[in-house]
Amino acid sequence: MPDSMIFQRTKGLTDAEFTYCPGCTHGIIHRLVAEVLVELNQLEDAIGIASVGCSVMAYDFFNCDMQQAAHGRAPAVATGIKRCLPNNIVFTYQGDGDLASIGAGEVVHAAHRSENITIIFVNNAIYGMTGGQMAPTTLIGQKTTTSPYGRKKEETGDPIRVSEMLATIPGATYIERVSVHNPAHVRKTKKAIKKAFQYQQEKRGFTMVEILSTCNVGWGMSPLDALDWLEENMIPYYPLGVYKDKVKEEGRQ
Amino acid sequence: MTKKLMKGAEVIGASAIAAGCKHFFGYPITPQNEVPEYMSKEMPKIGGVYVQAESEVAAVNMIYGAAGTGTRVMTSSSSPGIALMQEGLSYIAGSEVPCVIVSVSRGGPGLGGILPSQSDYYQATRGGGNGDYFMPVYAPANLQEMSELMQKAFDIADQYRTPAMVLADGMLAQMMEPVEIKPYDSKNIDKSSWATTGTKGKRKPNIINSLRIKADALEEHNRHLNEKYCTIRDNEKDYEAYQTEQAEVIVTAYGSASRVVRNAIDNLRDEGLKVGMIRPITLWPFPDNAFDELPDTVKAVLSAELSCGQMIDDIRIAARGRWPVDFYGRTGGNIFSSEEIEEKVRAMLKGVISNAR
Ligand SMILES: Cc1ncc(C[n+]2csc(CCOP(=O)(O)OP(=O)(O)O)c2C)c(N)n1
Repeated sequence: MPDSMIFQRTKGLTDAEFTYCPGCTHGIIHRLVAEVLVELNQLEDAIGIASVGCSVMAYDFFNCDMQQAAHGRAPAVATGIKRCLPNNIVFTYQGDGDLASIGAGEVVHAAHRSENITIIFVNNAIYGMTGGQMAPTTLIGQKTTTSPYGRKKEETGDPIRVSEMLATIPGATYIERVSVHNPAHVRKTKKAIKKAFQYQQEKRGFTMVEILSTCNVGWGMSPLDALDWLEENMIPYYPLGVYKDKVKEEGRQ
Repeated sequence: MTKKLMKGAEVIGASAIAAGCKHFFGYPITPQNEVPEYMSKEMPKIGGVYVQAESEVAAVNMIYGAAGTGTRVMTSSSSPGIALMQEGLSYIAGSEVPCVIVSVSRGGPGLGGILPSQSDYYQATRGGGNGDYFMPVYAPANLQEMSELMQKAFDIADQYRTPAMVLADGMLAQMMEPVEIKPYDSKNIDKSSWATTGTKGKRKPNIINSLRIKADALEEHNRHLNEKYCTIRDNEKDYEAYQTEQAEVIVTAYGSASRVVRNAIDNLRDEGLKVGMIRPITLWPFPDNAFDELPDTVKAVLSAELSCGQMIDDIRIAARGRWPVDFYGRTGGNIFSSEEIEEKVRAMLKGVISNAR
């Protein structure tokens, strides 16, 4: 061990200043993805896809080739890239409105084809970018600007559990749900992201890491209260864990 | 090289492959199913990729991603499918990645019908995607021309970093004609300054993007795109002027409809009547210059379309009030006969001209 460890910027991120609200956990997740790409020595071969949502400007933050996709279409864009460049690392970075609502079709079929891509799915239970409207992942009773009386099951159904749904798809290789509400879970999240990218490197097929994330501004809370709210409300409905690991199930070869 | 009897849809596929296209993403829809069928058969033989997307929305976004890597890539679809691709086309135009879209149009609106139609002229030349954008649209009238325009579309797409469309209909896609598919002479346009292929640690990241949050940045981008569209307008208009010498009536028709009109012109000329045809080969940019070359003898112009009248708007703009512009059209998959056109032109020569569409 060196005498002192200096916390530095990862070279997986550019010098551009984040556009995120103070307290938002998108920044943590960006850093984890960037660190993993550097640690796996994949940054130079990576092509990321920024989606529509608060993270739309991710193309300015990740220090690798980037393409910006229409709302929900990132898995299709990733498919196009990967089919042309099968040896490059291709990942999408999508919110829950993007992936679970308007892009539900694209992600399901990308998983079905077992596209060899990695999806970083940031679930903050709300549409952050457009000002805090209800998402398909918004919890029952949760107040948003379009569910001002609290989300009602009778009107909107139950929140979508994406990891559970995608884990039923034969083509899905690795699906894990993690959270970034405290340092221990941040570390677990990094492990999950690393595993997903490693599987992609090994050409194992479709991988997705769902990351529970806070939107303190959209939720109308302080950053710290938002972390508690995530732990107390989101995790019970969105249990953390590995939902699918085909490589482990089938035994590593 | 010898000519080979080929079906239109095969000509589309074979010409694209000869032009270096190795990636096809599409979704089935009549009357162009033979294109994806051909590609699914041929791509594996050349080490290419065929992907049947889950929808046209996905297909066009796969094209967007693939084109972003600098690869020659195409899709093919028909009217309702092209409608679904408009979102992607807007992104592709906005972020300036080259690709080719084949539109084998059928009747509409809605599910319409599957027979030949030209009612997607607006869809092709105005587009349904958002924002200030255009794309070159090529309208072949026979299969040899279809082959050459397919290849040209790839070159133009690369040269101007734009989507380019080849617009046909079921008549052209389903018919057979002898065709020579010329080997592709690669222009080797360097795409390394923008294509996303991984930095390899040797350059700054390339970013493919249509978003400009700041007003000035977007306006600058819009100006840049517009300059490009002006250059395309200056350089790429294409048309055929047929029997226009001494003509008193000019019929304007493109694609499949122009085949019938050509017959009608021949028959009328045989009778000694002075009629000719302008056949736009590019629909955007519309060859308005063709009308400036017309002789002083011209008294009226007819737009003959397999629609209720769409190209007529561009003809009126090109005519600049110099001549009345009349219309004749059939729809639903009905194709006007040579006799119908001849009768209409004879009436016009006698001075019966309706200026209302
Ligand atoms: C086709 C289309 N529909 C709607 C929008 C508007 N829009 C922008 S961001 C967004 C919601 C994104 O929410 P989410 O994916 O949850 O990401 P977050 O902002 O919470 O990170 C919407 C609806 C759009 N840009 N395009």
